[in-house]
Amino acid sequence: MSKQLETKFNEILFKNPVVPASGTFGFGREYEAYYDLEKLGGLCSKGLTLEPQSGNTGIRLWETPAGLMNSIGLENPGIEAFIENEWPHLKSLDTVTIVNVGGKDEESYLKAIEKLNAIDVKLIELNISCPNVKAGGMAYGMTAETAGDITKKVVDISNHPVMVKLSPNGDSVADIARACEASGAQGISLINTIQGMAIDYKKRAVVFDNLYAGLSGPAVKPIALRMTHQVCQAVNIPVMAMGGISTWEDALEFIMAGATCIQIGTVNFINPLAPIEIIEGLEVYCEKEGLANISEIRGII
Amino acid sequence: MAIIRSNEFISPGICKMTVAFTGAVLPGQFFMLRAWDKDPLLSRPISVHDYEAGKLTFLYQVVGKGTEILSCLKAQSEVILQGPLGNGFPQIVGDLCVVGGGIGIAPLYYFVKDYKKKNPQGNCRVYLGFRDSSYCVESFNAIADEVNLNIGGMITDQLKVASNEVVVTCGPEVMMKSVAKATPAENLVYVSMEARMACGIGACLGCTCATKYGNKKVCKDGPVFLSDEVFYV
Ligand SMILES: Cc1cc2nc3c(=O)[nH]c(=O)nc-3n(C[C@H](O)[C@H](O)[C@H](O)COP(=O)(O)OP(=O)(O)OC[C@H]3O[C@@H](n4cnc5c(N)ncnc54)[C@H](O)[C@@H]3O)c2cc1C
Ligand SMILES: Cc1cc2nc3c(=O)[nH]c(=O)nc-3n(C[C@H](O)[C@H](O)[C@H](O)COP(=O)(O)O)c2cc1C
Ligand code: FES
Repeated sequence: MSKQLETKFNEILFKNPVVPASGTFGFGREYEAYYDLEKLGGLCSKGLTLEPQSGNTGIRLWETPAGLMNSIGLENPGIEAFIENEWPHLKSLDTVTIVNVGGKDEESYLKAIEKLNAIDVKLIELNISCPNVKAGGMAYGMTAETAGDITKKVVDISNHPVMVKLSPNGDSVADIARACEASGAQGISLINTIQGMAIDYKKRAVVFDNLYAGLSGPAVKPIALRMTHQVCQAVNIPVMAMGGISTWEDALEFIMAGATCIQIGTVNFINPLAPIEIIEGLEVYCEKEGLANISEIRGII
Repeated sequence: MAIIRSNEFISPGICKMTVAFTGAVLPGQFFMLRAWDKDPLLSRPISVHDYEAGKLTFLYQVVGKGTEILSCLKAQSEVILQGPLGNGFPQIVGDLCVVGGGIGIAPLYYFVKDYKKKNPQGNCRVYLGFRDSSYCVESFNAIADEVNLNIGGMITDQLKVASNEVVVTCGPEVMMKSVAKATPAENLVYVSMEARMACGIGACLGCTCATKYGNKKVCKDGPVFLSDEVFYV
């Protein structure tokens, strides 16, 4: 394999900068029927919480033009079941597994992080941006102060590097990113889904039991790109960017805006091979442009 | 990617599409179909209506944007298929009673055909219910031992399940619930569930269905479940 796409996210070496995003990739198993996961730069687990969660009731998916609204509500088996059932397999893979962690209050975040200290995770993605859970979740990600505060507490007890996943729904993302950096975050990822709403006029009722839901997919890309650019300008820690990336051209735009790695979310549903096609597209691009490494075009905007 | 052999309306709002496909396909499994770029965004889950080597058939109702686009595709054009997905119907050894409502009859044809092939001695009775006009009744007549048709009424008013029959039903959830209710507790009842799907393979948790044994994924653990597993409250 060529080294043109090799990417360092701090000290962590990714074969390429392409990482399927949390919640769109399960724990990887489902996609093994489509390709070898070791082709990926990394992969990100479904959002995990201390205790198992059954997620939201009612309709969980709703389409919008070129977008998808979801209200999954962090359904997950809990950290312990993850460590027992999923981690042995993920650990055996030659790719970087990122563990995404959510919580409902400070205590549940910290206990979850402590449990993860027992395993050899390369990178934690601290999810303070899930719009689909009532308590905690996005609440921590809305202001620089709360985001900085929880980041500091998590970083203090975690044995692993922590990347904080930001919400597009709160205060200025640049301010929030700066606060996370100052609190010891070793990376930033963004964007989580944009909070939206759907009404079924025929039923004269809201679509989602949880009232609001999170929008993702191609429809959000321009917003995600703008926020990625703002954050990359604001901090010195690496950024893992996402939001509507569906082709290698999209991926390139985020890298030009300053992203070190990129995550692939909703498009996995449309084309399970998308991450592989994006990797191949980036390889061909580097070849054609005569780049020794993709980093040569990183942050040129 | 698959080439469309034919794609025609067989009844108002009901379309039948046959595509070239090879590989193993089980009754009750489904495919995710798309023939568009990013709008609509998601692929559409459609059950296998019939399959014989090289030839896969879907029967679908035009209800919105996706199925509308599918219905306009011409022979020789391409449709993107992902699948077959899901577990499909169980293998039945005893006698069979099949209840289909509306477009819910779609997966039942291949199922009955396969059952009769594997159980030539087995008895298969079919109930088909439609709101206004019927379709595919002839095809069921050709393969089942008995076909009961109901248009505009309640299929369960007619339904009589024999003690040795396994019941398999697909249709609107209210209908499947009343089929389960009208069936003696000793008989097994299998239902084919529907849910909005994004990935179709078990990765997004968008299609979760609450069951007696906790959450299950309609796409990967189903779409076929035992009725007392899903209709447990
Ligand atoms: C496992 C499975 C098998 C199915 N098999 C068949 C079949 O053989 N024939 C057939 O006619 N229909 C079948 N359906 C229903 C079919 O998927 C929907 O009618 C179709 O997705 C509607 O798309 P649309 O764009 O025309 O409608 P729209 O209403 O515009 O769709 C909007 C969104 O809602 C989803 N949606 C709407 N109705 C349904 C529904 N009933 N079930 C699941 N998602 C829905 C769509 O996929 C789409 O994401 C099946 C559904 C499932 C889950
Ligand atoms: C169905 C679904 C489930 C998601 N679950 C999670 C999750 O558990 N944790 C999380 O941090 N983000 C979750 N996300 C957000 C994605 O990781 C990503 O931030 C977002 O979808 C934007 O990227 P995209 O437009 O490429 O999908 C989820 C998104 C979708 C569509
Ligand atoms: S549709 Fe994604 S898990 Fe079933």
